[in-house]
Amino acid sequence: MWPLYEIFIRTKNGLEHRHVGSLHAADPEMAIENARDVYTRRQEGISIWVVESKHIAASNPEQQGELFDPAKDKIYRHPTFYKLPDELENI
Amino acid sequence: MMPKQNILDDAKLADQFQDHIDADEKIEPKDWMPDKYRNTHIRQISQHAHSEIVGMLPEGNWIGRAPTLRRKVALLAKVQDEAGHGLYLYSAAETLGISREEMIDQLHTGKAKYSSIFNYPTLSWADIGAIGWLVDGAAIINQVMLTRTSFGPYARAMVRICKEESFHQRQGYEIMLTLCRGTNVQKEMAQDALNRWWWPSLMMFGPRDNESPHTEQSMKWKIKRKTNDELRQQFIDNTAPQADFLGITIPDPDLKWNESRKHYDFGEIDWDEFWTVVKGNGPMNKERLDARKKAWKEGTWVREAALAYASNKVH
Repeated sequence: MWPLYEIFIRTKNGLEHRHVGSLHAADPEMAIENARDVYTRRQEGISIWVVESKHIAASNPEQQGELFDPAKDKIYRHPTFYKLPDELENI
Repeated sequence: MMPKQNILDDAKLADQFQDHIDADEKIEPKDWMPDKYRNTHIRQISQHAHSEIVGMLPEGNWIGRAPTLRRKVALLAKVQDEAGHGLYLYSAAETLGISREEMIDQLHTGKAKYSSIFNYPTLSWADIGAIGWLVDGAAIINQVMLTRTSFGPYARAMVRICKEESFHQRQGYEIMLTLCRGTNVQKEMAQDALNRWWWPSLMMFGPRDNESPHTEQSMKWKIKRKTNDELRQQFIDNTAPQADFLGITIPDPDLKWNESRKHYDFGEIDWDEFWTVVKGNGPMNKERLDARKKAWKEGTWVREAALAYASNKVH
């Protein structure tokens, strides 16, 4: 069976490529051609990235705590943490 | 000791899982989920994918005989969309750990079902109109609900599909409208198609709620947001005035607007016919499956050749 590819589409210049789904293809060129037919039948894209799914390394939901909890108590990273007088302008 | 501990962990995880669902959070492929939730989705999404793919056959039957070039390009685009929809859905199902081969094998061996509606034949050009209007109309009602389903990849595939599906229904209704404004013979063709497709379209929503064993769990897990009977009623309420507009008659003597319910009342579905087709004995079950198996078999050398070509290029 053909390997699985993840497909990323840029809808227009100025926007990032976004993951839209996956499909099977024999090689990267075919993955781009198939992605054109499957994901851009109505002008949804001007650029396609494909990557074989097995090359994507992903975090696991079980690691969510250790990865993302440390940011929770760092409210001093947000502008509203700093109390300034109301009459001050342009800051 | 260990098994008991695992059972406790599973119970705790199941509670957390239900909390996520109750809070309207989506479940993503790598999240913990109960086995039954996973298996229900594999079954439902793959059968939905199979329906899109098998659904190409009854309409494909008329591409070469479309009455005008305008109708032909529209029908070609619609059938191509169905292929695309099948592919979105297969890849959503694959995120749950089932392979494409396994799904295709389940279709070919009859282990996996597809929508029974595609086991009816397309006898005239009017059937293409009736399918777009009724079958796609019924599918849209179900699929709009599924854009809010709890499993992320399924919901996202549904959003994309719903955006594309509306053209399918409109082109079908336009065919019906053209026939109904045409000669008497053309209008009779449209009436005949409505007569044959009406009841099977109502059957698309599945058994009645009190005969549908999965409904309660599916609602709790927010796989479904509305019951079969609610969706069916919505379809009838939408469609009855559209038939009036065409000037043709829905083949149900009990169909009548009920002012106190603010819904149409309607007659009983032939559930014997429903179960006969589900069990594989509808008019076209064998032919549809044979066509899929033949296409898969005859495509084998193409799939193998493409793979061989790709591996030669790399080395």
